Amino acid sequence: MYPEDLKYTEKHEWVRLEGNRAVIGITSHAQDQLGAIVGIGLPQVGDVVEQGQELADIDSMKTADVIYAPVSGTVVEVNKKLEEHPELINDDPYGEGWVAVIEISNEEEIGSLMSAEEYRALVEEGEEGH
Amino acid sequence: MIIEPEGLGPGVESRAMAQNKARGPEPLISELSSPGRKGYSLPPMDVEAGRLEDLIPEAYLRKAPPGLPEVSEVDVVRHFIRLSQKNYGVDVGFYPLGSCTMKYNPKVNEYLASLPGFMSLHPYEPEDLVQGALELMYELQQYLCEIGGMDSVSLQPAAGAHGELTGLLMIRAYHEYRGEGQKRTRVIVPDSAHGTNPASAAFCGYKVVEVKSDDRGGVDVRALREIMDDSVAALMLTNPNTLGLFDENIVEVAEIVHEKGGLLYYDGANMNAIMGMARPGDMGFDVLHFNLHKTFSTPHGGGGPGSGPVGVKKALEPFLPVPVVARRDARAGDVQTGNEQAGNGRVEDSRGEGAPRYFLDYDRPLSIGRVRSFYGNFGVMVKAYAYIRALGAKGLKEASEAAVIAANYVLSRLKSHYHVPYDRHCKHEFVISAKNQMEYGVRTSDIAKALLDYGFHAPTIYFPLIVKEAIMVEPTETESKETLDAFCEALIEIADKARSDPEYLHQAPHTTVVGRLDEVTAARKPKLRW
Repeated sequence: MYPEDLKYTEKHEWVRLEGNRAVIGITSHAQDQLGAIVGIGLPQVGDVVEQGQELADIDSMKTADVIYAPVSGTVVEVNKKLEEHPELINDDPYGEGWVAVIEISNEEEIGSLMSAEEYRALVEEGEEGH
Repeated sequence: MIIEPEGLGPGVESRAMAQNKARGPEPLISELSSPGRKGYSLPPMDVEAGRLEDLIPEAYLRKAPPGLPEVSEVDVVRHFIRLSQKNYGVDVGFYPLGSCTMKYNPKVNEYLASLPGFMSLHPYEPEDLVQGALELMYELQQYLCEIGGMDSVSLQPAAGAHGELTGLLMIRAYHEYRGEGQKRTRVIVPDSAHGTNPASAAFCGYKVVEVKSDDRGGVDVRALREIMDDSVAALMLTNPNTLGLFDENIVEVAEIVHEKGGLLYYDGANMNAIMGMARPGDMGFDVLHFNLHKTFSTPHGGGGPGSGPVGVKKALEPFLPVPVVARRDARAGDVQTGNEQAGNGRVEDSRGEGAPRYFLDYDRPLSIGRVRSFYGNFGVMVKAYAYIRALGAKGLKEASEAAVIAANYVLSRLKSHYHVPYDRHCKHEFVISAKNQMEYGVRTSDIAKALLDYGFHAPTIYFPLIVKEAIMVEPTETESKETLDAFCEALIEIADKARSDPEYLHQAPHTTVVGRLDEVTAARKPKLRW
């Protein structure tokens, strides 16, 4: 459910670190909660984002939500395929459903991200709630 | 007993649905078209016909005629009558759509709004000729002031979200006037808020900050204290909130916001719970909107336009949109726009010497300007006015009481079958969830679809967002105990069915004209034209 080699945020994004690049998507838990995803508003290549700032917005059958930038930096790639095929996020959240790549500007922020184990604990705690 | 596909559910509406199903889907009117068939016959022209080419530049002329349906008059009439019979509205059956207050709308209000003296008015008529209409608007402003505990009201906004925008524009104007416009850049909304609240705030240029709910479903006061500072323009709140729960900490919440110079905005969507019982103005709110189409019983949701008047406390009065309907007493020459006249009886009916005059006051230099063409949705105002006058203060209070009792009755019957995330006395609506049914693979969407088989409109689902698999039920005060019981029994049967035959629920609805629609494909690959 939550690959060990990824980092996570409490807002349910995942990050795959490749040198100073961060590949970003949403977790399988997030896509399950959203239900069938029907649209996405992607950032533009070249956009400069800060950690915690809005990176993309996402529409599902149930609701509309925001994907936040897990780290600060410059958007260097976006997954244009999602515009035609948003269902890739549901089908393959950690693979073909990736959302964007950010070139990291502040490596210290990586320390603020969660491990798979920490994220799993967060999700399980959430399940107990309302 | 689970009703069979042929429809033996409670009440007439299910039989009507069975008939509908038997008849099948209605074709598009284009599919009824037959070449050369006509639904009209025009008299011969008594003027000379011009040539189209002489009248319209060639670039704009069609090369081929438009593909309009060719049908007879009776085809058209039957087509639309059949469509109307498939339609579901509050005049057909129970409509417990949480947050929307789908109460029955008395027909006498329609009659009154369609009186020629109201219906045939032109917005450009001189004030002298529309004194009655202005008087009605003025009095409606007064009544709303009284109900909301406010000092002034503008009737202009055309809907709830429009009211929010108007209210926030006034809040912004207020802070700017006080020289704090630059500083106050944030608006706080709870995580249980209506989606329109953060949208309106963002539209006004504010940064939206979320405050979480506490274990009882109210604003987490400690979290609010941490967020609140002098960069906050306003807190937007619904009370009772979207969980149908009254926030008992509201006075403390108001103090926290006011201490730092922020204002409180009241989203009036849930006003139906508190009429005559509590007033937002007394709770500490500075601005509010009313949804005339919800609380004051005018058709909405496809049945008619909305109306979202905004009320303010004295400090915000100068910023109200223009024009404001005002009254000038002939003798004193006093101009009244505020609440001072509320409750002191009717003005004289004669328009003779000494009678007060009503007028549209444009002389308001600090106004945020106009937010709607003309004066708002006047017809809706007439209906709301008629509703308020018919019920009176006592009747409005009874309506709220009955709405709250109905919701608590339904909740108490469903409690042992559905998960109740916040188990407290509710106000006019409540939220349950499909948590118990999830273990059988049945989700809220399946339950909502299954309710259609019983002839009910589905409740609001997947909202508020802080409850997973939420089902939000608002019965309103206009339903009989029999209807409420039938609805409860339907939901209880569905809960049983979730255990015994989840697949049946996955396939629901079974008795409607069309079965489960592929909503996902419809949203991902919409076909927007024929």
